[in-house]
Amino acid sequence: MTPEPGPMVEAKNLVKHFPGVFAVKELSFSVGKGEIFGLAGPDGAGKTTVIRLLAGVMPPDSGTATIDGIDVVRDPEMARQHLSYMPQRFGLYEDLTVDENVRFYADIFEVPVALRDQRIGPLLTSFGMEPFRKRLAGQLSGGMKQKLGLVCALIHTPKILLLDEPTTGVDPVSRRDFWKILYGLREEGVTILISTAYLEEAERCTRLALFHQGTMAYCDTPANLKAKMPGKLLNIASTESREIQKRIQSLEGISGALLMGDHVHVAVDDDQKRIPEITRALSEAGLPFDPVTVTEPTMEDLFLALLKTKRTSP
Amino acid sequence: MRWGRIRAIAVKETIQIRRDTRSLIIALFMPFMQMILLGYGVSLDIKHLPVCVYDREGSQNSQALLKHFQASEYFSIVAVLKNYREAKAALDSDRCRIVITIPHDFSQKLSDSGGSTVQVLADASDDNTANIAIGYAQSVVNGFAGNLAVAAQGFGGSPAMQNQGVDLEERVWYNEDLDSRNYIIPGVVALIMALVGALLTSLTISREWERGTMELLISTPVQPSEVMLGKLLPYFAIGMLDAVFCLVFSVFWFHVPFRGSLFALFLTTSLFLVVVLGVGFLISAAIKSQVGASQIAVLVTLLPTSLLSGYAFPIDQMPTLVQGVTYVVFARYYVTILKSLFLKGSGLEDLARPVLAMGIYALVVAFLAGRAFKKRLD
Repeated sequence: MTPEPGPMVEAKNLVKHFPGVFAVKELSFSVGKGEIFGLAGPDGAGKTTVIRLLAGVMPPDSGTATIDGIDVVRDPEMARQHLSYMPQRFGLYEDLTVDENVRFYADIFEVPVALRDQRIGPLLTSFGMEPFRKRLAGQLSGGMKQKLGLVCALIHTPKILLLDEPTTGVDPVSRRDFWKILYGLREEGVTILISTAYLEEAERCTRLALFHQGTMAYCDTPANLKAKMPGKLLNIASTESREIQKRIQSLEGISGALLMGDHVHVAVDDDQKRIPEITRALSEAGLPFDPVTVTEPTMEDLFLALLKTKRTSP
Repeated sequence: MRWGRIRAIAVKETIQIRRDTRSLIIALFMPFMQMILLGYGVSLDIKHLPVCVYDREGSQNSQALLKHFQASEYFSIVAVLKNYREAKAALDSDRCRIVITIPHDFSQKLSDSGGSTVQVLADASDDNTANIAIGYAQSVVNGFAGNLAVAAQGFGGSPAMQNQGVDLEERVWYNEDLDSRNYIIPGVVALIMALVGALLTSLTISREWERGTMELLISTPVQPSEVMLGKLLPYFAIGMLDAVFCLVFSVFWFHVPFRGSLFALFLTTSLFLVVVLGVGFLISAAIKSQVGASQIAVLVTLLPTSLLSGYAFPIDQMPTLVQGVTYVVFARYYVTILKSLFLKGSGLEDLARPVLAMGIYALVVAFLAGRAFKKRLD
């Protein structure tokens, strides 16, 4: 009889405050094996602190965090055997080559030398980094650096990856490559906790936690989160999008308007009722615009709308 | 503690040192520079001191005495004066450091009573030099005739120094030529080792904080003591290399005798390195910026070592309170040991006390350094 598999990552009532601010307030959640658990939210929402608490590099004021059942606060060294943490700031040695960095982390995690040398080649090849083995890490591009960080994180085959905004400052193509790798790891059963400031990236997670001022406002699958969005979202395309965004805020039944280039996304309580009203108001103002349509919310719309309801509800 | 992880840190650190010009300069070039600068620059010997003479007699005898002064390597006569006013002016204007005055009845007294007096007026604003100069003058006069006395009068500084009129037969041990370089160089070696050791290691932890590599390092299972050992091993090797260089340079370039055992030198140098590297590491762990850490490192090594270790300024001449302070200065013990090893050829058993003191120091510092750096972010 095999025991019921527990959560790979679990936080219970985690609290951390810095002088003057609560970075994390009474946070509890758990992540199951093979999940890609996303932490999204604006800067300063507490994402980095949560990941640091889980990685055991920062002690919480109270509460517990466990990694594969091991208490991170009480037994950090044991927990560290099973996890890999990639800090937001590039943490590898820029004056060491790609090879030297990988070997260093393998040795720190006591990967046997034979196994280490057997792993390095295929890992670097699968990440497209084989040609850069002798290059200093400091001379790699942003995307390459992050991939190298991931290679170093994976060299000891951890069960859990904690990634703090790994794709910030990385070009879209490399970002897509990076996510391909993450999906591959998930197939292999690695549990991934990733924070991101890019909300379109958040949609790729299996579950997503929306952070706001140190608390987890929502935590669900991206699809369920979208379903939670109250009302409907309208799309108005216009060359005068900025002007439209400004005027439309004052109309009745509109909870928010988000400018997205030459589009405006407008959150309304009822599309049937509001589309004619908006069309009329904008026509009277003499602004040019394409027919108003109902659209799928992006993560950004969702985030704003959800936080708004959170704030207005008692 | 796992050897594999210690080695990983040591290998990484070695690669970083090799690629860091600043570390290489400190490790390899600074000992050479300091050896040259301090070896040549700091000398307590007085040679060719400028002297004025006021010969009131002008006889064959008096001229013969002055020739003795001229021939001595300690003095060079820069002017002949005609009266006391000129003598005072010469001292005031720094034309000379001492004025030798031969009385008008010099020859007569010498033949009458068999003893005469020569007056030396010394600029005692630098009383150390004045004292030495008067001593040298005495020996020159003695060399001319045993029954001559020097009546010395100091200006400006401490009270007049009087010659006691007793002839001493001197025999100097350990540094027979009384060459101050032999006395200084062993101290210079200690100074270099302290500075280089502490300066290099002061950068090692602060560099990781500054470059953002620490956060990743502390998320790994590596132990603080493993980090310390791994980081200090390469610097220990560099320190030993520098020690060998200093020894070779002292003996073959400056011709300072080395009379002790190489084993004793190796052992005591190892202890001293543990102390200085540990101190550098402690500073580095406490101060998270490289600039700050290196400045503190210079402050706690260079100043106490050069002033309070007895490297140039004898500890037993210091005020009692300051003497007490010197016991905290770790370089003090190493300077004592080095001077004994170089000049006296003492064995380890003669040096038991300073060696023991340094051993205790090394243990305490190593213990503190092992716990200094915390694996957590603030």
